[in-house]
Amino acid sequence: MRVLKFSRKSLGIPYAVFLVLFVALPLLVLLYYAFTNGQGQFTVSNFAGFFTDPNTLGTLCYSLAVAFVTTLVCLLLAYPAAYFLATSHMKRKQVLILLFIMPMWINFSLRITALKELLTLFEGNLARYPFMNAVIGMSYDFLPFMILPIYNTLSRLDISLIEAAKDLGANDVSAFLKVTLPLSVPGIVSGVSMVFLPAMTNYVVLDMLYNSTYIMGSLIGSYFSAYNWHGGSMIALILLAIIIAFTLLTRGMEDDNQRTVGGALL
Amino acid sequence: MKKGFRSFVILFVLVFLYAPILILILYSFTNATTIGAFRGFSLKNFVTLFTTPELRSMILGTIVLAVGAAFLATVLGTMGAIGAFYSSRRAGTLINSLNEVPVVNADVVTGFSVCILLVVVFGVSKDTYIPLVVGHVVLCAPFVYLSVTPKLKQMDSSIYEAALDLGATPARALRSIVIPQISSGIVSGFALAITLSLDDYFIATYTKPATFDTISTYVVNATKGSQTAIKTALWALSAVIFAVVVVIVTVVNIRGAKDAGKERAGV
Repeated sequence: MRVLKFSRKSLGIPYAVFLVLFVALPLLVLLYYAFTNGQGQFTVSNFAGFFTDPNTLGTLCYSLAVAFVTTLVCLLLAYPAAYFLATSHMKRKQVLILLFIMPMWINFSLRITALKELLTLFEGNLARYPFMNAVIGMSYDFLPFMILPIYNTLSRLDISLIEAAKDLGANDVSAFLKVTLPLSVPGIVSGVSMVFLPAMTNYVVLDMLYNSTYIMGSLIGSYFSAYNWHGGSMIALILLAIIIAFTLLTRGMEDDNQRTVGGALL
Repeated sequence: MKKGFRSFVILFVLVFLYAPILILILYSFTNATTIGAFRGFSLKNFVTLFTTPELRSMILGTIVLAVGAAFLATVLGTMGAIGAFYSSRRAGTLINSLNEVPVVNADVVTGFSVCILLVVVFGVSKDTYIPLVVGHVVLCAPFVYLSVTPKLKQMDSSIYEAALDLGATPARALRSIVIPQISSGIVSGFALAITLSLDDYFIATYTKPATFDTISTYVVNATKGSQTAIKTALWALSAVIFAVVVVIVTVVNIRGAKDAGKERAGV
């Protein structure tokens, strides 16, 4: 029995080694590069530089603004759509749900190209509304990732709770505000975490829509092009800190296994 | 009234999601160079797409990379999930947490950190494709792991024990008892891995050889360039990809519906 248990456990060894080598080790290397200079000496100047330079601080604020507004727009579009989908009794509901997910499987760069051509038709010069275009681009790219988790949470909601609220005298609005909305928080949190962070870092969407303002991801891109590994590592580390803070903040509030749902449906 | 509002909301979101791509597909069948100026019907974009060597090798390269990386990720992630499932609690938690890192991490950070480790620290040349493949496996394997793990938890462990009692070797029991029970998780993990690799831009940018392009990196560069014929040929590529996705989704779901029907009928 002991030999047998060993054989099953040992199946995990290649993946564990892989994770240590290519997930844990790169993070340690980032940490090392972020706090050293070109001569390999310890320095906090990359760190201090980021928080004292008005340009990089501006970039941080701009990406937070883009991410915040994008998340809000996605939430405002996704929640009603997910709610109506989850509560409807349409015959062809499965087809509709697939229609909402399908864009995830079409290459994002081609979808943004399509959006760019359409926006150019309406706006003429894309550079005139850079912030709005950034938000439209990000929302277009990430909307399915907000709809799906909210839909999943809402469709598993116990209807009898809402009926009970109504029996006890709640009207539609207060039943929604006091029962449905609080119970859909896990889906909202999953959706927000899948939209907010990419919206801070996916600088290609801005690039393709001719918005030359930097977001956090663009900083890494520009350090990468300049072979400045130390500066780039510091930005990566700051992003990582934001991501960790976000993950700790939302831990336990999220639905399990939401992230694999897109593939599971295929 | 309420039903009308309901349909309006759903329709509005669908139009937002599909209008750009459908309009682009419509224009890919014309000889227009910008959207809006409607001219005659033409298939020249599709001819350019399938006859330009650069475009063909870019598409083929993207597919080979996606299938290869997804295959490696599926093998590694599945083995990892099985291993972690039967491991001690501490080892399992460790693998779980490390597995979570690329899932929550920004792709920019993942790509940049893999690039620094392999290219800058270890001096591996990007031309070997090793950084690119490693980067894509880092991106995909955690999602395979996440799709297999729930299937392991749902598995009936007594069948495995029974197989052993009946004289099967552990390897045989694993192959003919465990793997079939988690196969749906493996398949959806593989599918998810392929779509992740196909959609990736950032990891490829930071780890690919200079002469190699995936669809994403190629499209992003092409939109900045001024080659109109290439630009509109990429519209045709959108049409082709859209058609492929629709066919796959339809086939998979018709088959899925049939299987579900069979299960309900008790066959």
